Formats: sequence, C-alpha cells, structure tokens
Amino acid sequence: MLKPEIKEILDQAREAGWAMEPQAKEIMRLAGLPVPDFTWARDKEEALACAREKGFPLAAKVVSKKIVHKSDAGGVAVNIADEDELAGVMDRFAGMEGFEGAVVEPMAQGAELIVGGRVDHQFGPVVLFGMGGTAVEVYKDTVIRMAPIDEDTVGNMILSLGARDLILGHRGEKPLDAAGIKSLVAGFSRLLMDLEDEIESVDLNPVMCSHKGCNIADARIMLAR
Amino acid sequence: MQKPKDLKPLLHPRTMAVVGVSRKNDRHPANVIFYKNHLRQTVDVYAVNPKGGKLLGEKLYPDVASVPGQVDLAVIAVRAAQVPGVLADCARAGAKSAAVISGGFAEVGREDLQDEISAIAADAGMPMLGPNCLGIYAPGYADTFFLPPERMIRPEQGNVALVSQSGGILVDQMIKFADEGVGLSLAVSIGNKAMIRERDLLAYLTEDDKTRVIAFYVEGFGKGEGRAFVHQARDAGKPIIILKAGKSAAGTQAVSSHTAALAGDYNVFSSVMAQFGVVEAKNELELVSFCEALSCYDKPLSGRAAILTGSGGHGAMAVDECARLGIETPALSSALAEKVRAGLSEPVSSIASLKNPIDLTGSAVDDDFVHAVSTLSDSSEVDCVLLLLLPYLPGVTSDLGARLSAVFRRKGKPLAAYVPRLEKYRMLIEGFELNRVPVAPSIDGAVLMVEALRRCAPC
Repeated sequence: MLKPEIKEILDQAREAGWAMEPQAKEIMRLAGLPVPDFTWARDKEEALACAREKGFPLAAKVVSKKIVHKSDAGGVAVNIADEDELAGVMDRFAGMEGFEGAVVEPMAQGAELIVGGRVDHQFGPVVLFGMGGTAVEVYKDTVIRMAPIDEDTVGNMILSLGARDLILGHRGEKPLDAAGIKSLVAGFSRLLMDLEDEIESVDLNPVMCSHKGCNIADARIMLAR
Repeated sequence: MQKPKDLKPLLHPRTMAVVGVSRKNDRHPANVIFYKNHLRQTVDVYAVNPKGGKLLGEKLYPDVASVPGQVDLAVIAVRAAQVPGVLADCARAGAKSAAVISGGFAEVGREDLQDEISAIAADAGMPMLGPNCLGIYAPGYADTFFLPPERMIRPEQGNVALVSQSGGILVDQMIKFADEGVGLSLAVSIGNKAMIRERDLLAYLTEDDKTRVIAFYVEGFGKGEGRAFVHQARDAGKPIIILKAGKSAAGTQAVSSHTAALAGDYNVFSSVMAQFGVVEAKNELELVSFCEALSCYDKPLSGRAAILTGSGGHGAMAVDECARLGIETPALSSALAEKVRAGLSEPVSSIASLKNPIDLTGSAVDDDFVHAVSTLSDSSEVDCVLLLLLPYLPGVTSDLGARLSAVFRRKGKPLAAYVPRLEKYRMLIEGFELNRVPVAPSIDGAVLMVEALRRCAPC
C-alpha cells in the first residue's frame, strides 16, 4: 500500500507526466530509501540560506518540468565552493525554461550506480541495477530482475555485472557498501510493486556509493500515461 | 487464479470427430486428418459432413451429435464463417473439447469472429485449441496435423513435449527432433491461442507422467501473463525450455528514461526467464540441443567439464566455446592426470596430452577412451565429460558409443558427445542415444548440452 503522502506527490506530478527530482527523492525518502540532505530552494535567496546551514562544497540542480535531462541542458553544477559561485549558478538556472528553483545538497562521494524500474507489459514491475552515471547507455553494464526481489538476489545481480570488481573491491580499494546496495535495491523493488499502476519507469541515477554507504543522488519518475 | 481446465480429452482423446470432411476433395485438410488417424493412429475417429452418406466406404455422420459414443475431441476444419455454428453443434452434442484448425480469425483482423467462438466454447465449458492451429500430435496415438502422412517426419515417442504458437516452427522442430533422435511425448500447436494458452499446457504437462521436458516457442505473452508463467514454471519441477521470436522488435514508444532504454522488452524477457530457471534457447540449434540434454539427465551441474578427444583442434574449439558460455574446463590435477595415463595403451600413454582438453591423439583405441571416461567419472574434479569423437580414427570402432554409455550407467556422471552425423557412423551414435547419452552433430551443439544442464534449475 502506498503512503498517502506518496500518493499526494504523484497527484501533483501527474499533469506534467513525471515527478521531478525533489518530488521523486521525497517519495524515495518516504519509502525509507537513503537520499541526501537535500533542499528544494525556490529562488537564489532560499538557496543561499540553506547553503549557510549545510556548508560547502555543494551541488545544485535545476528544477523544471520542462527539463527531463538536466545535465544535457546545463542544469547541474557540482563542487560549488562558496556563496558567490552558488549565486552565479542560481542566476544562470533562473534563465532556464520552466525554472521552479533548484535542488541544493552536499556533494556525494563514491561510484555512480543506477537503480531503475519499469512496468513491463508481460512481466509487470522489473528492477534494473548496474553501473550508472551519464554514460549508462554507453556501457550498458546493467542486469534486470522481476520485482520484488530479496537481498540475496541483489547479491547475485552484483556478481553478474561486468564491473563487479569495482563494487567488490579492486586493486586495494575498499569494497563498496554491499549491504547498503542490497537493502536499497530490494527496498526499491518493493516500492515498485506498490507503484505498478502509477508509473511507467523510474531512474535513480546516479546512486552514489562508497564503502561508507549509498545515497540516491538523482531521481525521476515517469508516470503512466 | 484461473480454474484449471481439464485438457485430457483434448490432448489424449479416446474418440475424435473430424468436422469438414469433403466428399469431393480428397486433399481437403479434414480428409487428410480423418484418414491419417483412421489408418495409422489408435484413437477412434469419425468423419462429419452435413450431407452424410459415405466416402470410400466410410460412413459420414451429418453432425457431431450423431457420432456414436462420447466425442472427446472435435477437430474443426471448415471455413471460418461456419465455425461458430459447428462449435455450437459440438457444445449441444456434449463434445468435451475442440481444436479449430481453420484460419481467418484474429490473424486477418477478424477479432470479432474469434471472440464469438471463444464465447461459445467458454459458455459450454469446452476447452478450445486454436483457432488457426495444427492441433495436436501424440506419437502413435492421435495426429490432427493436416499434413499428408507421407510428407510428415515423425520423431520417436519420448519424453519431450513441444508447445508452439507457430505450426510451421513446430513441424520444423519435429524434423530436427527426428534428425537428432530426440523423442516426443506430445506436440501442441496453439495458433491464435484464443482460449487454451501456454499456461494451460504448462499446467497439464507438469502433471503428465510421459513428459519430462517442456519446450515452448512463444511470440509473446499478454499483459501480466509472463509473470504468472514464470511463477508456474518455477514450481513445475520439470526442465522448461523457451524460444522467443520477435527479439528485435523495436519499441514503438519514445523512450524517456535510461531504465526504459536499457530494460527493453526482450532484455526483460530473457533476464526474467533466467531468474526463474527457465532455460532460454536463442535459436533452433540451442532448442534441440537443450531438449536432448535435458531429456537424458536429471541433475543440475555447476559446469566443470572435462573435454576428451582424439584431436587437439577439436579440443581447442570446444574450450573456446566453453569459455564463451562460462563453462569451466579446469586443468586436471597431476594425480588425476597420472591415473588417466597409467591405464592408457602403451603407444598412447607417451604422447597423450592430459591437461584439459585431454587429447588421446589419433592413435587412441576404444579401450583408451573407456579407461579415460571411467577415471574422470570417478573424480570430483569435473562434473561432466564432453566427448569429441572422431569415428574415422583407425582405433575407434562403432562399438564405442555403447561402451561409453555403459560407463555412464555405472558411474552416473553425465556425458555429452559430438559425433559427425553421417549414415556410416549411425551405430556409434545410436550406441549413445539409445542408451540415453545425448549426441550433437557439432562441437558447439555438444557444448550447449552441458550449458543446458548448468542453466536448468529443476533438472
């Protein structure tokens, strides 16, 4: 059963056809999945105010119903070092089509993974997991399972990846937080079952993962038509 | 949960009525079906033609109701427009099932006519196969395929069931089964699958004592049907093999997310089948190899293969194919290698290469192969033996198949063999196959047999 708060966000997003990053991340947070300490700042002043609380360096990402692929549109700024730089970024974002503010959050460390979901016509909700980032469709190092899945199955998915050694520890690097990955992907697969009638697909990309833990750095939900 | 349908009258009928037998056209599908069953199969069969009378001395019954006794299966081969009337007649007569051979329904845009006949069958509680299908082929028992008997290739009776959406592919697979010595328990062509679908047959075949392996050719499942299918397959407890057509079908909708782009329809299909232990065959060669291997063995393997051959080149090619699929070919320990060497004939023991692949060389004789297989079968270092046998080597006789099969029967370690499929080597091949050791006509095919055992969950 979906929480009423999740339903409410989906209802707000329905007209645009998709849930933007702050909406999608709020849904993930409500579902108990790890998201960074993010703020949806509606303008430059709100951005600067929350930056003072969070401290630098920060990441800022434009919020606009018109911009599905933020990186492609120049709507992502990372490693913002101080207030002047943040002010400049917010001025630039404000000129973009459909500007509704920015997501401001601490910089995340680690490897970029993707956790995704889709409602398949024949099989219903399926979950996808693998190496993420903007080049995800270039490397295509991802595996698919029918949802829901348990944590052991996620362990199997990790072993099926071409880049498995990057997760399990490569050349003296500490392994990524496998327990965190397993609980995130399994928990996400259960959420997908509840979202079956609402959505078409979900991208959590990237999910930033280090040896210390995992965090959903970006998210979007394409709603069912 | 849908109510299980009783498919026994449809798939194992005692009495069959063939509707649509022509008095003038002996090539009519219904005539072919009637005669081939009347003359060659054990099922009781009756011909139905509304005008009645006689055809070549056989009585024609005017309708299904006038056929003596209970009709288990009405085979309907009349024009599409007449099918609703005939089905209603079958329902009134209390026929227990129907197979609609006729085409001219959803496949040509007549969904309305298809819905009409489905409704008639559903109202009567009468399982209906098709329309637009070949029906069933149960070796030695019943055969509703409208192919003249002299044109049909008939596999032997065996333990593999084939279910196909396409009748043509089904007939082709039967030819390959016959070629490769794979036995068939039942073949079912489901055509437009208006009522009886893959899951109904999976449920029936799961319970069917004569069937050990269930193979499907599918073009696609309906909404949510794939999910139900894999759950049912996981619980079936029998090896299930699936071949999917339409792998390359392009998505019609614009793709708006990375996940939608990466998790396309076929990627999802293939991944989910593997997740639930259904063995996916990518092509017809794989389908027949998988069917043959899984019809012989009933234990899954981790896939550590010993490759045994009389030719270095064959061994190298097999190792490459194993590596591609992820089948391990571990080097033999020196203790095991010495044990193998100790029992080889004198000229061979000094020149054989005993790593893995194990090359007994062109000087090897039958006894060398028997000794090597026997020794490898006793070792826990490998869990199967891939035999690449070259019948043209001077020391190899046509007795070797039967002798190596005897080693398998004693030791229980699975063997898969490659032997060139030529008439002059038939005795060697049959020595294996009649003793339930699978033989492939190519090196890749033999490797695929090992792969089948590795992938199949409930073997």
